[in-house]
Amino acid sequence: MAIAAVLLCIPIVALLWVPSYAKTDPELLGFPFFFWYQFLWVFICSALTWTAYRLTLSARGKTTHQVGEDR
Amino acid sequence: MTPQVAVMAADTGGVNGVALAVLIVLFLIVTVAGFMASRFMRADSMESLDEWGLGGRKFGTWITWFLLGGDLYTAYTFVAVPAAMFATGAVAGFFAVPYTIILYPIIFIFMARLWSVSHRHGYVTTADFVRGRYDDRTLSLAVAVTGFVATMPYIALQLVGIQAVLEVAGLGGGDNVLAKDAPLLIAFAVLAAYTYSSGLRAPAVIAFVKDILIYLVIIVAIVYLPGQVGGWDSIFGAAQDKMSAANPVDGKPNGAFIPSLGEGGAAFAYATLALGSAMALFMYPHSVTASLSSNSRNTIRRNAAILPAYSFVLGLLALLGWVAIAAGTQPIGLDGKPNAQLVIPQLFEDMFPAWFAGVAFAAIAIGALVPAAIMSIAAANTFSRNIYKEWIKKDATPAQEAKVSKLMSLLVKAFALVFVLTLDKQNAINFQLLGGIWILQTFPAVVFSLFTRWFHRHGLLAGWAVGMVYGTWQAWNVANPRAGINHFGGSLDPIPVIGELGYIAMTAFVINVVLAVVISAVLNAVKVSNGRDETIPFDYFADADDPRVKKDLSEHTHHGDPYGDPDDIPGNAPAR
Repeated sequence: MAIAAVLLCIPIVALLWVPSYAKTDPELLGFPFFFWYQFLWVFICSALTWTAYRLTLSARGKTTHQVGEDR
Repeated sequence: MTPQVAVMAADTGGVNGVALAVLIVLFLIVTVAGFMASRFMRADSMESLDEWGLGGRKFGTWITWFLLGGDLYTAYTFVAVPAAMFATGAVAGFFAVPYTIILYPIIFIFMARLWSVSHRHGYVTTADFVRGRYDDRTLSLAVAVTGFVATMPYIALQLVGIQAVLEVAGLGGGDNVLAKDAPLLIAFAVLAAYTYSSGLRAPAVIAFVKDILIYLVIIVAIVYLPGQVGGWDSIFGAAQDKMSAANPVDGKPNGAFIPSLGEGGAAFAYATLALGSAMALFMYPHSVTASLSSNSRNTIRRNAAILPAYSFVLGLLALLGWVAIAAGTQPIGLDGKPNAQLVIPQLFEDMFPAWFAGVAFAAIAIGALVPAAIMSIAAANTFSRNIYKEWIKKDATPAQEAKVSKLMSLLVKAFALVFVLTLDKQNAINFQLLGGIWILQTFPAVVFSLFTRWFHRHGLLAGWAVGMVYGTWQAWNVANPRAGINHFGGSLDPIPVIGELGYIAMTAFVINVVLAVVISAVLNAVKVSNGRDETIPFDYFADADDPRVKKDLSEHTHHGDPYGDPDDIPGNAPAR
């Protein structure tokens, strides 16, 4: 679960750290860095969130509980 | 109309017959779908909020994907984001991309808990949850009223989105008030009718059409248009030239090509706009309604991984605002004045054959109907649950609740219509700006409370109140000389202490949290009662395949039945 939390925090930190990507170079296919870098994060974030989802599923499987028992 | 204005209006092409015909045909298809939606995943009875207002809480991954996508990426977004890019550049426009990316990790963290506790206790709104967590009617009312008031201008702005399309298509001109507004009135009357009869199922079905049209239109545009205006190099070049040129009003650059760094830079503004908007979005009743209608907590989490597909499309759409700069698009309204809000419809009318412009117009117009329907349902649910049942008629049955909600959904839409038709459009935009600031102030009471009861209900209420007042006051003080307005000129303001420009909602939020922490620490230390909690830790993890949730569902097959004891331990919590 801790790993899932870290995975979820990565895109938040990366995108809020604006100075790390507020520049025009290097360009990709005519797109300034600022733009293609953020488009790239759409895919990275999606992959990280999916991984976190799989992690929580397997964590849940290990702590299967009985009716009436609270965690 | 003076002759000169008539000439200017004619420049927009007058009535575009083919585009309009395509628009009307697609609108009719959607109307039929909306009325037939009541048969979609049909229930025995629509006479409860679970059915009418949450579609029976049984939408799977893909329906939820379309519904949330249709709900969050509204017509106003499609009109306003490229308009902001076109007019003032990347800080005001492109922040929508990081905003809608970091949104998903954030909701991944808390929305599953909200889904579980809502399912166990039959909550329909966030105010329901706050009521159950603290047994505090005042705090619950604060959350409910904030949600209700913040949603109203959002619905009104969907109308502004439709108006933009109709205006470019050449409708809505003339001096006759009735003829001018008739198309909008008809569109909204139809929307109101099928929302009333089909509830949340209507936008769920229409969202399929809307999202497919939007994807189609934007992908075609982004593939076809750059070649027509000289490629991406010349698009970014034209944008950079426009943004760095001096504005005639104050001599400063028109806008930002990318956020500048260092002293007076916009990095803080960009980051706080993205974070504040992301945290605020899932506090809005319509986002919560669409999330709670899903059939399991994992549906929400899977959607957090696949919804960013829409963010990618939104980014492309934002760049269309700059394609319009390179294409030399002149967005001029029927009143003859330049209006950046018209830039995307105008771009499509200029660059595409009429029939495809019609498809694009339909995508935007239908894109307004889905969120408008969900927002009116969500606002109505909030009213019937947290105001009507809590304060006016305590013994209301589920059927009466659903009835009040249905009527309220009509009233809310009627109000939005009157708002847009009688007041200046700028008012809707101002209130939407305020709504974003207000709704974020409910975040501590809702999200923090999902994880802990350390925060004290009075501390949360005080933090909320101060955040609301501070945010409203700061937004009032923002002037925009370029637009010639003295108040509500934007959502950025210098952050106290730091001194950089930042999103007002975030500043108010920080003040809100600090105050809540201080007051909670004091009240906890002197042991003031923090209300009675009707939830138990298990409630926050319950999933649809859990035996106890299965039992809930089987006991609740008839809508008149109350939910059972939430934990089967008699006496610790009331039956729901």
